[in-house]
Amino acid sequence: MAMDSSVKKTTLKLVLLTLAMFCFGFAMVPLYDVFCQVTGINGKTNSTPYQYQAEQVAIDDSRTITIQFVTNKNDGMGWEFYPKTTELKVHPGQFNSVIFFAHNPSKQAMVAQAIPSITPFDAADYLHKTECFCFSQQRLASGEEVDMPMRFVIDQALPKHIKKLTLSYTLFDVTP
Amino acid sequence: MLLALRQPQLLGLGLLWCTGYAQADWATNMREGVTAVSQSIYNLHMTIFWICVVIGIIVFGVMFWSMLMHRKSRGAKPATFHENTLVEIIWTTIPFLILVFMAIPASKTLIEAYNADEAEIDIKITGYQWKWKYDYLNEKIGYFSNLSTPRDEINNLKPKNANYLLEVDEPVVVPVNKKVRFLITSADVIHSWWVPELAVKKDAIPGFINEAWTKIEKPGTYRGQCTELCGKDHGFMPIVIEAKSEEDYQLWLASKQEQAEKEKELTSKEWTMDELMTRGEKVYNTTCAVCHQPNGEGMPPVFPALKGSTLITTGDVKNHIDIIVNGKQGTAMQAFGKQLSEVDIAAVTTYERNAWGNNKGDMVTPQDIVKFNEAAQ
Amino acid sequence: MSAVLEGHTTDHHHGPAKGLWRWVLTTNHKDIGTLYLWFSFAMFLFGGTLAFVIRAELFQPGLQIVEPNFFNQMTTMHGLVMVFGAVMPAFVGLANWLVPMMIGAPDMAMPRMNNWSFWILPFAFAMLSSTLLMDGGGPNFGWTFYAPLSTTYAPPSTVLFILSIHMMGISSIMGAINIIATVLNLRAPGMTLMKMPLFVWTWLITAFLLIAVMPVLAGVVTMMLMDISFGTSFFSAAGGGDPVLFQHVFWFFGHPEVYIMILPAFGVVSAIIPAFARKPLFGYTSMVYATASIAFLSFIVWAHHMFTVGMPITGELYFMYATMLIAVPTGVKVFNWITTMFKGSLTFETPMLFATAFVILFTIGGFSGLMLAIAPADFQYHDTYFVVAHFHYVLVPGAIFGIMAGIYYWLPKWTGHMYDETMGKVHFWLSFIGMNLAFFPMHFTGLAGMPRRIPDYALQFANFNMLSSVGAFLFGFTQLLFLFIVIKCIIGGKKASAKPWEGAEGLEWMLPSPAPYHTFTTPPEVK
Repeated sequence: MAMDSSVKKTTLKLVLLTLAMFCFGFAMVPLYDVFCQVTGINGKTNSTPYQYQAEQVAIDDSRTITIQFVTNKNDGMGWEFYPKTTELKVHPGQFNSVIFFAHNPSKQAMVAQAIPSITPFDAADYLHKTECFCFSQQRLASGEEVDMPMRFVIDQALPKHIKKLTLSYTLFDVTP
Repeated sequence: MLLALRQPQLLGLGLLWCTGYAQADWATNMREGVTAVSQSIYNLHMTIFWICVVIGIIVFGVMFWSMLMHRKSRGAKPATFHENTLVEIIWTTIPFLILVFMAIPASKTLIEAYNADEAEIDIKITGYQWKWKYDYLNEKIGYFSNLSTPRDEINNLKPKNANYLLEVDEPVVVPVNKKVRFLITSADVIHSWWVPELAVKKDAIPGFINEAWTKIEKPGTYRGQCTELCGKDHGFMPIVIEAKSEEDYQLWLASKQEQAEKEKELTSKEWTMDELMTRGEKVYNTTCAVCHQPNGEGMPPVFPALKGSTLITTGDVKNHIDIIVNGKQGTAMQAFGKQLSEVDIAAVTTYERNAWGNNKGDMVTPQDIVKFNEAAQ
Repeated sequence: MSAVLEGHTTDHHHGPAKGLWRWVLTTNHKDIGTLYLWFSFAMFLFGGTLAFVIRAELFQPGLQIVEPNFFNQMTTMHGLVMVFGAVMPAFVGLANWLVPMMIGAPDMAMPRMNNWSFWILPFAFAMLSSTLLMDGGGPNFGWTFYAPLSTTYAPPSTVLFILSIHMMGISSIMGAINIIATVLNLRAPGMTLMKMPLFVWTWLITAFLLIAVMPVLAGVVTMMLMDISFGTSFFSAAGGGDPVLFQHVFWFFGHPEVYIMILPAFGVVSAIIPAFARKPLFGYTSMVYATASIAFLSFIVWAHHMFTVGMPITGELYFMYATMLIAVPTGVKVFNWITTMFKGSLTFETPMLFATAFVILFTIGGFSGLMLAIAPADFQYHDTYFVVAHFHYVLVPGAIFGIMAGIYYWLPKWTGHMYDETMGKVHFWLSFIGMNLAFFPMHFTGLAGMPRRIPDYALQFANFNMLSSVGAFLFGFTQLLFLFIVIKCIIGGKKASAKPWEGAEGLEWMLPSPAPYHTFTTPPEVK
């Protein structure tokens, strides 16, 4: 039976729809990132430096926010890795700095990537990092130690009910 | 099957009602739990359940009525009606209203369960294949919690105890009537931390932290399990949480900190071969036997045999310690350097070199491990 | 509805070729339908055997029969084989047999592609099954294959698993395109859309769902493959990806997928209930709209499978409300079926028994579904046996009973013989008892706190697990009786008339039984 033209047309449309949906599957990746940024899923924070402009920021002395620093090491990560300060009390708008310590005790040079995550999720949009070791990979030679700074400011617009934040870094071994 | 035959009383439908397990019960419903949230979830569950039962009785009632009364064998003549817009509108609207009625308490409970603000104690929970780690962030203590059910019970060689598969070597301990916040994450695959009595279930996701909280009203021991498939021993990483009074909690904290001190002292003590072997066997069975098996034969190819392994357990000592401390890249072997104390690493190394006919005869002391670690610095 | 029938094949149409090649090369929709149905039944038995291993291990506490890792392979393969190998091909088989006959078309729109869609499947499943024999074993990460368990921590055979999923996807998509092209273009004159039997309607909607979501599944397994083999990190936090993203993409496919497995069953039941109530289907139009609404809603509720993953509260609330809404159109369907039965003249032959059980048990599965939709309560239900009970209630007495009802109902048309009614009833009752015995206690073990996908369990779950295992074995072995009944009916039996069911409606019943190899080469006229 020869395929008549209406069948051909329908088929063509459906094949295009199939391809479009395949692409949509991949489009979900960037869409998800946008969605995460808006909703703060998984407490993802900014992954590039925040442009800090002192004149825009007024310090809000009326509120004190506790910010807690937590570190985790993923499977197979043998480094020592911890914050030198585990907790800070800060005012929104205030410029802060903490040092994270890392040490590679293994016999070979290793590359690590730190992944930030914050709770509660609705605070993720209000923690701005101007400098962070998580913006790039960290390479340490065997036995090397390093103090890594992290500077941040908490937005004055932080929702009122939030009094305590936890910022976590998980260190992954990404040695090629 | 072979093992089942050794327990013939368990076979056959006739004996179904006496399975031989005193603890086996016929519990059919959700537990009310011991927190305000778990109780409101329980009430929500019961409300929805009864709404479903009522709807079910009405709907199935009409259906069974037709099935009985409108049978051809009873001489029923078929009616011809087949459409009625009004009826359709009614049975769209009424369910919708019932749903709105259900959504109100559901939203309230959800908002309550999500409010982790102003917690007094922070505990970080990390899921590992296949154990949990608890870190008390403010108290600066942390430890692993492993399944403590003996392998022999799992393999049906010994009778099973009452808390079979729901017992751990080190439970997580919290005080009652204090808001405790859990920060949940994972070091490998996704796990999920669940204790039914607390109605807390949260996924542990590698790289990210999740937040949950509880405030237990009644002292006691509550048991749960991992609820996200996380590989081979997903069914063998239980959770035990002990809720203690404030005083008992403080005592526990003190003893925990003291224990850490003691561990340090142990490192400098002079150890005998027997002491190391005894301790090593214990460490091996809780930490290593899951993969390498109690008889050291492993489960090749993923988990190699340690028995008679010329590469590792009967080879160079340094290499052996290195693998235990730092793991082996690209394999399932984790780094145990941070999970086990020097004493435990020394003991387990000694054990592996001398058990199952390996008989290397050499002894690794805690001081050797300290030296090994210093050399690596 | 009436039709002018074409009596005999004209000379350029031949009967079936002889021998094995008939089945390899066939482009006839009836042959391909038969192939699909037999393949699906073979997979049903295979998947059932895997379930036997699971239930045997869970018969009592302790590890008796299999290692935990092998147990995980069993649960994974059971899910994959039943979903992609048993349920979906069975519905495609029914569609192949019935859609052209129901709309008065001579065949499917693209018969050659039809042949290809089918023949991909045996290869896909051969490849998938072969992974069980490989070093490191087959897929052991659950049929939902969450990353990173299915990527970084997966056995080497995962690449083959991904390939076989791709092949199944291609087969389903081609099948769906074919069905849509057939329904939209080859309807007999006068067969308007709103005159089509509900089975055709539900399949048309299902086919659109397939085209919309199977490519997304293909996308997600492609991303997995890239993560495993080409060093990307879609699902690994280390490279800026996110394992939770996997779950979003997967369930964007996965939720419509569950409707793909149930909508055609709705269509089957909507044909059978009126036939045995001897009364037209109540609310045809609202049935069509309800099906379309369910299909639409299925795209916007996916994250209700992920309530414990740590979503912001707004997300939880939205997905909870949207999910609850599904109860409305589903309720409409159930009410319509019951009203169809109401004041009918009912008889309960085997197809009707299955259809009635479908309505009751599917509704029970719907109730537990509604309970699961309530996000805070789901914190207690999620990933426990309560969920296992829920989806087996919608899939076994839902999808599977729907398929069986359809097979009994149309078997006389396909074979020209009546099946053995007594044996059919025995098959129904044993299936009904076995299935309830297997799955009802799972509600209890789940509520009492037993997580799913575990090879061994705490002692308090022992009693109900033993019951479940007994029920599962009863249900499983009963299906051999089904095989016997079908074979017996093919070989012989009482001659079936063109319309063996008094109340049956539709073009297919105007054809002789068995239906000739070629039908409606001249379209019938539908008034």
